Amino acid sequence: MSTHDTPTERPTQRQPVKFYQTGTFTVGNRLLPENVRSVQADMRRTNSLNSGHRACQGCGEALGARYAIDAAMQATRNQLIAVNATGCLEVFSTPYPETSWQIPWIHSLFGNAAAVASGVAAAMRVKGHSDVRVVAQGGDGGTTDIGFGCLSGMFERNDDVLYLCYDNEAYMNTGVQRSSATPPGARTATTPAVGRQPGNEFGTGKNVPAIAMAHRIPYVATASVANLRDLEQKVTTAMAIRGARYIHIHVPCPLGWGSAPADTIRIARLAVESGLFPLYEAHDGQVTARTPIRRRVPVDDYLKLQKRFAHLFANEAGKERIALVQAVADRNIAEFGLLAGDDAHG
Amino acid sequence: MDKPFAITLDVGSSLANRTGSWRTSRPLYVDRLPPCNHACPAGENIQQWLYHAESGDYEAAWHALVENNPLPAIMGRVCYHPCEGACNRGRLDEAVGINSVERFLGDEALKRGWQFKRPAALSGKRVLVVGAGPSGLSAAYHLRRLGHAVKIVEAGPLAGGMMRFGIPKYRLPRDVLDGEVARILDMGVELELNRKVTDIRQTMRDEGFAAAFLAVGAHIAKRAYIPAGEAARMLDAVAVLRDMEGADQPMLGRRVVVYGGGNTALDVARTAKRLGATEAIIVYRRTREKMPAHDFEVEEALQEGVLIKWLSTIKNMADEGTLTVEKMALDDKGFPQPTGEFETLEADSLVLALGQDVDLSLLDNVPGLVIKDGVVQVGPDMMTGFPGLFAGGDMVPSERTVTVAVGHGKKAARHIDAWLRGTKYAPPPKHEIATYDHLNAWYYADAPKTVRPVLDLVRRQSTFDEVVSGLDETNALFEARRCLSCGNCFECDNCYGVCPDNAVIKLGPGKRFEFNYDYCKGCGICVSECPCGAITMVPETI
Ligand SMILES: Cc1cc2nc3c(=O)[nH]c(=O)nc-3n(C[C@H](O)[C@H](O)[C@H](O)COP(=O)(O)OP(=O)(O)OC[C@H]3O[C@@H](n4cnc5c(N)ncnc54)[C@H](O)[C@@H]3O)c2cc1C
Ligand SMILES: Cc1ncc(C[n+]2csc(CCOP(=O)(O)OP(=O)(O)O)c2C)c(N)n1
Ligand code: SF4
Ligand SMILES: [Mg+2]
Repeated sequence: MSTHDTPTERPTQRQPVKFYQTGTFTVGNRLLPENVRSVQADMRRTNSLNSGHRACQGCGEALGARYAIDAAMQATRNQLIAVNATGCLEVFSTPYPETSWQIPWIHSLFGNAAAVASGVAAAMRVKGHSDVRVVAQGGDGGTTDIGFGCLSGMFERNDDVLYLCYDNEAYMNTGVQRSSATPPGARTATTPAVGRQPGNEFGTGKNVPAIAMAHRIPYVATASVANLRDLEQKVTTAMAIRGARYIHIHVPCPLGWGSAPADTIRIARLAVESGLFPLYEAHDGQVTARTPIRRRVPVDDYLKLQKRFAHLFANEAGKERIALVQAVADRNIAEFGLLAGDDAHG
Repeated sequence: MDKPFAITLDVGSSLANRTGSWRTSRPLYVDRLPPCNHACPAGENIQQWLYHAESGDYEAAWHALVENNPLPAIMGRVCYHPCEGACNRGRLDEAVGINSVERFLGDEALKRGWQFKRPAALSGKRVLVVGAGPSGLSAAYHLRRLGHAVKIVEAGPLAGGMMRFGIPKYRLPRDVLDGEVARILDMGVELELNRKVTDIRQTMRDEGFAAAFLAVGAHIAKRAYIPAGEAARMLDAVAVLRDMEGADQPMLGRRVVVYGGGNTALDVARTAKRLGATEAIIVYRRTREKMPAHDFEVEEALQEGVLIKWLSTIKNMADEGTLTVEKMALDDKGFPQPTGEFETLEADSLVLALGQDVDLSLLDNVPGLVIKDGVVQVGPDMMTGFPGLFAGGDMVPSERTVTVAVGHGKKAARHIDAWLRGTKYAPPPKHEIATYDHLNAWYYADAPKTVRPVLDLVRRQSTFDEVVSGLDETNALFEARRCLSCGNCFECDNCYGVCPDNAVIKLGPGKRFEFNYDYCKGCGICVSECPCGAITMVPETI
């Protein structure tokens, strides 16, 4: 484990930044004081997930995991243990006997990460290590489907764990099968683009951040690899709270989504800017903040960069389905008030 | 083997796994040419000096600026700033106020007494500069920095050329001009005033100059044939403006008509207003769109009450000061044609502002010179057809502006230096231009341009006080920070942050970044997310 002996104190609240060329939109900014730059800008960042991992080129999940865990390391002065569900993140980081993790890390099963993390947290408490904190992390499959029972239990018992879900919208590690987080219209290996209803159904879906909020746990947030400062601030906020916490992070997958590796962040940004992936945070079950959309775009901009949606652009029926996707985005924007005011940090 | 149950291998790090071998193309850091730099006739490295200004280090910014242009306080007032027309920020909201930051830096330097760097070593060579206008001053400055002994010979009583005897005070206060000229002379440049060079070869021979730079400008007013009564008062614009610098102000009367459509016409009309004319009317042959004067100047003149008669020519001027003006109409090709419709205008004086020709008499005995359309032809190295004789500014074919003149002076100095050393000056290869499509503009904060304060109208109509004021420190800083740093790394840390493989090494403040090709998989996210287009992707050679 690498050590920071003097971690920089970072404010948990979002700071309004005056105009400094790029403000806080970029990772760093040489014109800002060090303590308001991002953790990722720090030359001494932990690099919790180190080089040499076997994620695909442009993997959003590898990026999201480093962003989140580095921020959690910073917030806990490196007193952190991570529990990992089965999935790409686990597989690409730890082919026996190598590991990319520069922090204590444990993997057990696909569906039990939340339960294992609850156990680790209990053990730390019993051993009197109150400063050692625990995060659990998994993909959308491991979280919203198979691990869901354990996750709900962790919430309901209010165990002192931060659960991080890296949502790439399908079971990527086993070859892109549909999960309950797969968006409507998307093509996956199990929802091919054939027949009268090509791609994933336009059902009602499973909104796990909302379900987490329904447990009235102290903290729930959504985040995106496209907005680093927002993501870090949410992790830092979460680590300042005790009890069950949940952050759902949107991480594009070039292989599964059929997108260019170089476009990973661009696509995540378009998801946010179109309203398809709203960014917000909730305390005790109540939404307390939302990150406004800076430059609104139609969902087409987001969809057309991904082959999993290519069939939507093939014919008239596809157009109708795009309109339905647009309706989802519009509803999110209205529900969360994503255009209201402009407290975007610049 | 002391290992837990079922464990047979030691824990290893994934660093053993050189994932860089997956790569088919590699990212490379590059410096692209910012469009502002590309557009600057004086070859300023604008992006670079703004970079220093952004962090509040104005002295470093000024030093970077004067590497190319020794007259920033003047430029910040009279330059027509083609840089701003090319600025990429114009596509985002409004161009960076480069000119206003330049002026701020120039004024700071004068206020704080910042001085130029001295030449490192002296060459022992003497160079003659003829004319102390912007081109001559720029050449002298650059030649001095290169270590040569420089003497400027100037026909007029003061240095500055058209910056003093053309451009009026309300646009360029003379203390600013004096301050910037003095700083050049302080480097050890010799200036001899009130001496007109009449035979360049003779002067060079007599005084032992190894090379000379000619920058005599264009001072002979062009005339138009206008039949006029003997008592009619007809003057030329350059003479009027020149007289403004003398002890006696020119007598123009209460009703002044100016003939012409360039910047000079506007300056004379605005000057007339300030001298008390109740009417100052510009008569111009063509339309506003065709007028060579810049829009903002026309605007400022109109605000001050100058009137402009478009599509009109002056036919004659009677003794009592009655002008006959013919209306023109544009033909299908857009050329003005007479209509046969006449009107009359009352004028106490008529000022002709129809452009200037070059006085080439000092070149009578020089073999090999090529003169075309009244200007001296030069090569890409600014050398005339006579070896060792260089020329620039208004006397050579080009746009006639202070900035172009300064650029010529710099270019000539570099070639003269090489020529004196018996070598050839090869300018460094130009980088590819950082066009807007190279940028990821998402990352720049929204920030509209800062407007410079303008003097109130009453004072503009009655005094020669400077019309446009400068920015204060906070405004200048804000304006500098609007720069997008096109094509040049400004250490925003994006590449360092966005790499999923930690394959970007941050070298620390001022040292930029490096790629760790052992682990870079070549995804290209850093290229997409670099705000300023300072990374490119090249195919891997196997
Ligand atoms: C009214 C007016 C307004 C202008 N406004 C602007 C403006 O706002 N912005 C802008 O960019 N440009 C402006 N210009 C154009 C600009 O002033 C000229 O393009 C520029 O000054 C040319 O520089 P130069 O060094 O070639 O010549 P000049 O500035 O003309 O200097 C030539 C010098 O050489 C001297 N000289 C001439 N012959 C001899 C000799 N034989 N021996 C010794 N010395 C000699 C002259 O006395 C003079 O000092 C304006 C011009 C005029 C007339
Ligand atoms: C109980 C069980 N069922 C199935 C698997 C096979 N499996 C391994 S990873 C994975 C998919 C993981 O998907 P997700 O959780 O979304 O993570 P991702 O790989 O997409 O990051 C599956 C099905 C398993 N390891 N255990
Ligand atoms: S944004 Fe800056 S670097 Fe780019 S063109 Fe404008 S002034 Fe030059
Ligand atoms: Mg997944």
